[in-house]
Amino acid sequence: MNGPFSLARVAAILRKEFTQMRRDRLTFAMMIGIPMMQLMLFGYAINTDPRHLPTAVELRDDGPATRAILYALENSDFFAVTDQVTHGGEARDAIVRAEAQFVVTVPENFERDLMRGTRPQLLLDADATDPVASSAATGAFAQIVASAVAPLLEGTALEGDLPDPAVETVIHRRYNPAGRTAVNVVPGLLGIILTMTMTLMTSIALTREIERGTLETLLATPARPAEVMAGKIAPFVMVGLVQTALMLGLAHLLFRVPFTGGSLAFGLSVGLFILVNLSIGFLFSTLARNQMQAMQLTFFFFLPSVLLSGFVFPFAGMPAWAQVIGQGLPNTHFIRIVRAVMLKAADLPDIVQPLLSLAAILVVVATLAVLRYRRTLD
Amino acid sequence: MNGAAASAGAAIEVEGLTKRFGGRAVVDDFSIRVPPGTIFGFLGPNGSGKTTTIRLICGLLRADGGRGTCLGHDIMTESARIKARIGYMTQAFSLYADLTVRENLDFMARLHRVPRPREAVERALALHDLKGRANQLAGELSGGWKQHLALAAAAIHEPDLLLLDEPTAGIDPKTRRDFWDHIRELADNGVTVLVSTHYMDEAVQCDRIAFIAWGKKLIDAPTGEVAARVGLTTWRVEGDDLHALQRDLSGRPGIDQIARFGDSLRVSGRDAGALAAAIAPLRDDGRHRWRQVETGLEDAFIFLMAGVEDNFR
Ligand SMILES: Nc1ncnc2c1ncn2[C@@H]1O[C@H](COP(=O)(O)OP(=O)(O)OP(=O)(O)O)[C@@H](O)[C@H]1O
Ligand SMILES: [Mg+2]
Repeated sequence: MNGPFSLARVAAILRKEFTQMRRDRLTFAMMIGIPMMQLMLFGYAINTDPRHLPTAVELRDDGPATRAILYALENSDFFAVTDQVTHGGEARDAIVRAEAQFVVTVPENFERDLMRGTRPQLLLDADATDPVASSAATGAFAQIVASAVAPLLEGTALEGDLPDPAVETVIHRRYNPAGRTAVNVVPGLLGIILTMTMTLMTSIALTREIERGTLETLLATPARPAEVMAGKIAPFVMVGLVQTALMLGLAHLLFRVPFTGGSLAFGLSVGLFILVNLSIGFLFSTLARNQMQAMQLTFFFFLPSVLLSGFVFPFAGMPAWAQVIGQGLPNTHFIRIVRAVMLKAADLPDIVQPLLSLAAILVVVATLAVLRYRRTLD
Repeated sequence: MNGAAASAGAAIEVEGLTKRFGGRAVVDDFSIRVPPGTIFGFLGPNGSGKTTTIRLICGLLRADGGRGTCLGHDIMTESARIKARIGYMTQAFSLYADLTVRENLDFMARLHRVPRPREAVERALALHDLKGRANQLAGELSGGWKQHLALAAAAIHEPDLLLLDEPTAGIDPKTRRDFWDHIRELADNGVTVLVSTHYMDEAVQCDRIAFIAWGKKLIDAPTGEVAARVGLTTWRVEGDDLHALQRDLSGRPGIDQIARFGDSLRVSGRDAGALAAAIAPLRDDGRHRWRQVETGLEDAFIFLMAGVEDNFR
């Protein structure tokens, strides 16, 4: 009865595999959950042609033409006027903090010059660190402005002698004038790589002890949860710092990515970000029952960290619900920090907000992890 | 030993301890008192709840009911204090297979904040004859040496109480002797030892024994008294064709147990008179030599185990 190939034996193995799969609820949930999440993210959240990008305006003049232009910008769907600034410094800050993607400056005497036909300038400052996010809007800017002012000039005495176009649109691509993607992607990649390695390494920290049976010994010693967590996390802080140094060196040598901001601000952020990710990994470790589950949880976390953090696709282009999720991801804040510090010459005061967000996530996650840590075997 | 003084006479004292897994009481209204400095034996069939009870006592599992103290600390609320002063040797090997013998001991010593851990490790290596294997990976040790390492690790911080869960399972007789010499030595130094075992030659080395079945304690007595507590009378038979004799005897009223021990049969009964009457027709057949003997621990335990199975059906 021991023929070369037995379907009955295949069926027996198949049956066993299904039984094991059914017992492993989390794995089962992940097999369903991950494709659903991918579908949702790619289908709804990701928009490579982002609209309603936050725009600040600096009005040094006001009048019917200015208002017509602002109205047309809003109407175009590319821009959403979110803020008014009163001087250039504020405009710069808004872009450095990624609160605004664009700043539109209406110069003094804009209305008068327009009517006189002396072709006034209209300035558009664009945050070009992410060329994908800004290119469509900058491309459409001149056309939007021209159509906005045209009706006002119609039928005026000057109509025939008007210069074409009537307004000179000037576009400043800030921080990445050449629009090189490497400049934007490489700093973002730092966040991705740290997220992946740091969470993965610690996510198996406790499950490995469970699988090998050593947790029983560990739990029978007086070691406290926080001690175990600190001891398991600390070695990887070193690993993370080495990874960061390597990435920075390569980014500079191979892609000529500039580093323009404060190194203290940068160091502080990297350290905090590494700690956050290690704590998340440790939290996964307390949730999963084996290493396989821990890795799946890591992957489940990794997906939105790539897709909803503003790394691959512009944050401003995501729907509101996706932005809310994105705000909860450490990578979102870290990418803002790294882009600001490396490319926009930002220093500590500019990154207080995302730093605080990272700290808040750290506190929540570390508390949960220590609470979840099993002090007993039940 | 200030620990023994603080616990006011008992190293372990638990009352009404209960633990349920999925509605089934695995440890059921369990009470014991273990005097300090004694070797206390846990005996009972597989699945009777020995391991679970040990885990409850050291705070590795949370009890569903009952109360108790271990080394004077409440087992429900002070498990952190208890863990600092006990050494627990698990039934399955649970040290780090990818660390060497020395690294494992060093890790345990440091977790327990043993002063001068290096010296403590060297002392433990010498005491447990592990010096020659200090640099071997724990995972590559033979089963017996793994147990030696586990005992050394459990005792490295000189705990006041050692919980040993089947420390000698699957170990050769010579190694088992060495092991028990260590255990005796520790007890002589004032350490209380709670040890579970399935071996009778180990059970007799305990000062006191608790027999557990289905999570309940059936007997708890000084080792010398256990057999008497069970209340059996035993005859020993030698001679030819014991197998036929065994068949002949079995089922006769008055005979509760027939057990083969090497080249003899041991025939036991609860009622000495009924037993004597049952064997009377066979005693003088000339082919066998009958002698009344003292009921041994093993007779008693086989009897207890059989009773347990009856209860279960
Ligand atoms: N984590 C658990 N979940 C569910 N049931 C459990 C768990 N741990 C133990 N049990 C059950 O509790 C009962 C007692 O188990 P325990 O390990 O305490 O027995 P034991 O006396 O140590 O047995 P052995 O002599 O085989 O080591 C068994 O029926 C076992 O199946
Ligand atoms: Mg057991």
